Amino acid sequence: MNPIVEVRELARDYSMGSGAVHALRGVTFDVHAGEWVAIVGPSGCGKSTLLNLLGAVDAPDAGSLTIDGERIDRLGDTAATAFRLRRIGFVFQRFYLMPALSASENVELPMAEAKMPRDERRARVLELLGYVGLASRADHRPSQLSGGEQQRVAIARALANRPALLLADEPTGELDAATGLEMIDLFRRLNRDGTTIVVVTHDAQMAAAAGRRIQMRDGAIVNGAEA
Amino acid sequence: MPIRLALLALLRHKARTLLALLGIAVSAALLLDMVMLASGMRENFQGFLMLRGYQLRVAPKGTLPFDSDATIDSAAAVISAIRTIPGVSAVSPVLGAQVQTTSVRDSTVTAFTLGILPDVQGDYEFVRGADLTDSTSLVANERWLAVTGHQLGDTVTLAVGYDPQLRTVVGERRLVVRGVARFFYIAATQPTLAMPLSVLQAMGGSTRRDRVSLLMVKAAAGVEEEAVRVRVEQVSARISAISLAGATEAVEQRLGYFKQLALVLGSISLAVGVLLVTTLITIGVNERAGEIAVLRAIGVAKGSIVWQVVTEGVVLTGIGAISGVGLGLITARWLETILSDFPGLPATFHFFVFQPRDAGIALAMLAAAGMLSGIYPAWRAASLPIAGTLRREAVA
Repeated sequence: MNPIVEVRELARDYSMGSGAVHALRGVTFDVHAGEWVAIVGPSGCGKSTLLNLLGAVDAPDAGSLTIDGERIDRLGDTAATAFRLRRIGFVFQRFYLMPALSASENVELPMAEAKMPRDERRARVLELLGYVGLASRADHRPSQLSGGEQQRVAIARALANRPALLLADEPTGELDAATGLEMIDLFRRLNRDGTTIVVVTHDAQMAAAAGRRIQMRDGAIVNGAEA
Repeated sequence: MPIRLALLALLRHKARTLLALLGIAVSAALLLDMVMLASGMRENFQGFLMLRGYQLRVAPKGTLPFDSDATIDSAAAVISAIRTIPGVSAVSPVLGAQVQTTSVRDSTVTAFTLGILPDVQGDYEFVRGADLTDSTSLVANERWLAVTGHQLGDTVTLAVGYDPQLRTVVGERRLVVRGVARFFYIAATQPTLAMPLSVLQAMGGSTRRDRVSLLMVKAAAGVEEEAVRVRVEQVSARISAISLAGATEAVEQRLGYFKQLALVLGSISLAVGVLLVTTLITIGVNERAGEIAVLRAIGVAKGSIVWQVVTEGVVLTGIGAISGVGLGLITARWLETILSDFPGLPATFHFFVFQPRDAGIALAMLAAAGMLSGIYPAWRAASLPIAGTLRREAVA
């Protein structure tokens, strides 16, 4: 089976003051469809940089990156944006819902951007909010929802356009322990239902729940690169 | 969705948006007033000259009507000749003179007096009492009645050419105040009289006999005004005829200062509006940098972000501009009352004339300004580095 994510010799440098910081060096790994991979490691080891590259919000300085059969390491802005819209679902540590929109409008937003017909996206919103257990909170604004509920809405939003890959950056980082466990259960259910997940986390329980852990240090993979 | 997001972004800080709307409304009001001032004077002046339908003014060669004390001699012959020109439907002669009278308080009052032909006069509108009926009657404006203390029905002694040193006059008549009139082309603050042309000519002695200061000529409907003007000038080498277009041009040259002032103030007003909206939306974009980065991360195109931000500018400017139209009309009325006290200004002259076209021009300029004001913040929003902004937001 072909991998859904193919990362080869990926490198990313940042210029900081007088010199360059090697955020990623020679990173190579695959992720197969239906896998749940946790990327772990100390702060500053390059986890978030890797996630940004996987999500096509940043471009590598060297190496190649293929997701769902498409080379994304040299995409222009328009193509990268379209790729993110159709193939990637993003979940952030701080949820980042639009505060002025209701839960259902937040979920609807990527579908509206993808020009999905109104009736179809309304039905999809109800389906997704039902999936994450928030059908009754559809009209609530983010400020009227708990942290866990906001993160569920963010997950529903990430799944809106049926992405090939769900990327999550510390999805339990802002949640209390009990809510964090609920979130892990939701990720488990998502993965069981076929969603390919790459999650960056410091949460040991989240990492343990994932099917594979990729250990990073100083911009390189030190363990778990093999599927 | 971008439009909804734009509206919600504006509603998020209601007080700030309201203050910005007020600022834009003031800016729009000033712009509208300046557009009204720039184009209104021309429109108003044309209407002002055409109050009684006389398209041509005939004055002594090289002068403008009542620009000097010069008069047209052999007036009767000139008038007769002009009346024979094909297409001329009416000729209204006017003689102007300073006329002295004595008030009920025994003081001397000088009034500007017009000698006219009542059946073709185009200088005043009759207000009350009786119009000029015979050679013993006169009409006055309210100002003259107030200054002299005379009333309708009073018989007054009027004198032309009063010499205070010698205490002599050139001509004197006793006339009855029959009516009150509002003079179109003379300031309301100026005591003014009108009497039959022949009476004023006779009172003026040899210096006024068979003379007029001005002839107003009406061309029949469908007759080309310029052709009549050329024919009128051919009647005598001592006269020049000025058409409506020529008079408007002459006035525009004299009032060019007002137009320039209006354009400069209007441009400043527009620039202030643009800067106000640009600043406000840029602040909003900076505050929402994280949200915009998230929108970009989940696949919202740069174009959608630009559209959202430009919409904010257009909505803000649009609502402010519409409010500004009402405010501009109120301000124009207020300014009009101030300017109407300008010395020597005819009561019927208005500086600010509202025309839907003016409001359209002001709104179109503001709509363009609204779009312009959104461009910089929109570019800023669309160029935000996604990863870097999200990292900064996470750290913050």
